[in-house]
Amino acid sequence: MTHPAIKVEGLSKEYIVGHTQEQHGTFYDLLASTLRAPLKRLRNLGGASKEAERFWALHDVNFEVQPGEVVGIIGRNGAGKSTLLKILSRITAPTKGRVEVRGRLASLLEVGTGFHPELSGRENIYLNGAILGMTRVEVARKFDEIVAFAEIERFIDTPVKRYSSGMYVRLAFAVAAHLDADVLLVDEVLAVGDAAFQQKSMGKMNDVARGGRTVLFVSHNLGAVRNLCSLVLFLENGTVDFYGAALKGLSSYERGFTSAGDRIDGSRFQGALSDHLRFEKLVCRQGGAEVAVLDPLKEFEIELSGTALRGFQSMDLSIGLFRDGFYIASCHDVPQEAAMRDGPFVSRFRLPAAVFKPGRYTIGIGASASIGQWTWGSDIASLEFSENWGGQSAERNRGVVSIPYTGERIQ
Amino acid sequence: MNTHSQSEYFGHQHLTVIEPTQGWRMLDWRELCAYRELLWVLTSRDIKVRYKQTVLGAAWAVLRPFTTMVIFSVVFGQLAKMPSDGYPYPVFVYAALLPWTFFAAAIGTSGGSLVGSSHLVSKVYFPRLIIPLSSVGAGLVDLLISTSILLLLMLWYGVGWSWNLLAAPVLLLAVIFAALGVGTLLSALTVAYRDFTHLTPFVIQIWMYVTPVIFPVSLVPERWQWLLYINPMTGLVEGFRSAFLGKPFDISGLAISFAVAIAVFLTGIAYFEKVERRFADII
Repeated sequence: MTHPAIKVEGLSKEYIVGHTQEQHGTFYDLLASTLRAPLKRLRNLGGASKEAERFWALHDVNFEVQPGEVVGIIGRNGAGKSTLLKILSRITAPTKGRVEVRGRLASLLEVGTGFHPELSGRENIYLNGAILGMTRVEVARKFDEIVAFAEIERFIDTPVKRYSSGMYVRLAFAVAAHLDADVLLVDEVLAVGDAAFQQKSMGKMNDVARGGRTVLFVSHNLGAVRNLCSLVLFLENGTVDFYGAALKGLSSYERGFTSAGDRIDGSRFQGALSDHLRFEKLVCRQGGAEVAVLDPLKEFEIELSGTALRGFQSMDLSIGLFRDGFYIASCHDVPQEAAMRDGPFVSRFRLPAAVFKPGRYTIGIGASASIGQWTWGSDIASLEFSENWGGQSAERNRGVVSIPYTGERIQ
Repeated sequence: MNTHSQSEYFGHQHLTVIEPTQGWRMLDWRELCAYRELLWVLTSRDIKVRYKQTVLGAAWAVLRPFTTMVIFSVVFGQLAKMPSDGYPYPVFVYAALLPWTFFAAAIGTSGGSLVGSSHLVSKVYFPRLIIPLSSVGAGLVDLLISTSILLLLMLWYGVGWSWNLLAAPVLLLAVIFAALGVGTLLSALTVAYRDFTHLTPFVIQIWMYVTPVIFPVSLVPERWQWLLYINPMTGLVEGFRSAFLGKPFDISGLAISFAVAIAVFLTGIAYFEKVERRFADII
């Protein structure tokens, strides 16, 4: 039986919040507090006092990954995904629990992980290799491959502080992916690169996985996760909500968004106007009747009801439709910021037939008003379109949306 | 042996266990050894960076102790008529400036080294001790270059060149240990308490005046000399004088200083290891 590549048992991580004086105070503070309560200070040598606010970024996480598996780690912002990767990369220590990693681990946690700005690209490749425990000989062997993948032959001897963010991430990914690691951890870095690079990295991660190595991939791009990952780890508020087959995990995640017809979770709408606007419900209608799942071949209507609480003179409200992380379209309820009174309101949007393809779309809501600037909440609700696409095969009509068009041939 | 421990530590079957640490931990020597390539890369980087963008380059390594010696010789040697155990003042003070400059520069740089490498510390894993260690390494190059000047001075004044010179490498090792100890302690403290960035230069300044660099130990009344020796640099600086100028060694003084240097080294490493795990969280 093969040993798991990664084994996580009862992992918990507690953070002490805010109060920067507690985090790295001054030596003066230390002296002062020691004089006031010497025993208490000595007991907490170098640590924060007990009164500081604490929260659990991760709580009792358990899972195992076999070699060669590709696991997508998904969850809302703040769910604990980056903390989990940091612990696996040994950047930060767990508060409780135990992790076992078998083999060499390479991680890409942020753009320019482990790069030193004053050194050239070439020197940084050797630096990263050394950090990973490779000898100069091993790095030299892979050097040309890395440079070719990153497409920075011209700039390899320039200090990396002069690189664009795109070049940075290309080099960082090239190094991490080529340096022969058994486990590869990639945090949401790839979003920085352009589409061509993202394709390339997905391809490379696939190759890495097929070579028997293990990949953990954090992303908000659910389409990428769907394509790349066999397993999905869904983290919610620091705990594991789901760990298993990717398709099942992804639908579990998407179902978590408020569906049409439910009460809206307004907490996502954060910003200048969040105290001034309250949203009640988002409802979809087709043929005059309220529906839970939409027929993609018919026109449909989205109705958003809410209340303007105080101080409104005018407002511009829009909804955005997203699919797999792509921003498909935005719709405004009125052509420009229009006069508005305090009190309840209903915004209605009528959308065409045969444009939105089967599947799940998420909705974000944005508003700007006379009293407050543009405020946005993402993933506030979701829409589902049934598979009724008129018998056309998916291959014949690729693309995120379907647009009306005519085609003809002249011979 | 080299490749063996390398593949053992970074091999495909090597199991890494990640657990919360409590209290004091022992330094993992094997791990440090496995990462020696990284120590080399960082040290040579420090050296390159130090000399790459300066106009004077390597000359700076010589200029600093040399000009200090000249100024001290004029001010203390000539004007203040400082006694110098019978040796010409310039070479007397230079022999002490050599280890002192190395020590001061080493702890000055390593004090801020962790905070200065926060982008590395917060994003990748490697034994954090390597950072202050690499900044000490760069100072060694300066030391070796300025030793050549001392040898020239010895020739000029016709002093030294005795068997005592053989003790120089041992003394150097002791100074390195002292610098490492204080340096790692300061680097860890600076991460936790940022005002150490300002405290450290001040501490170094005062420290020089309680070390017999400018003045000889014999200037201090005998019954108080032991106080001076609690400073580990006292014995080591006097030891350097003995080695290069041919003065007889003060064995008891040296012994005290060696012992304190080792103790400081162990304390520095121990404190560093204790707080290391929290670095990424607070840097």
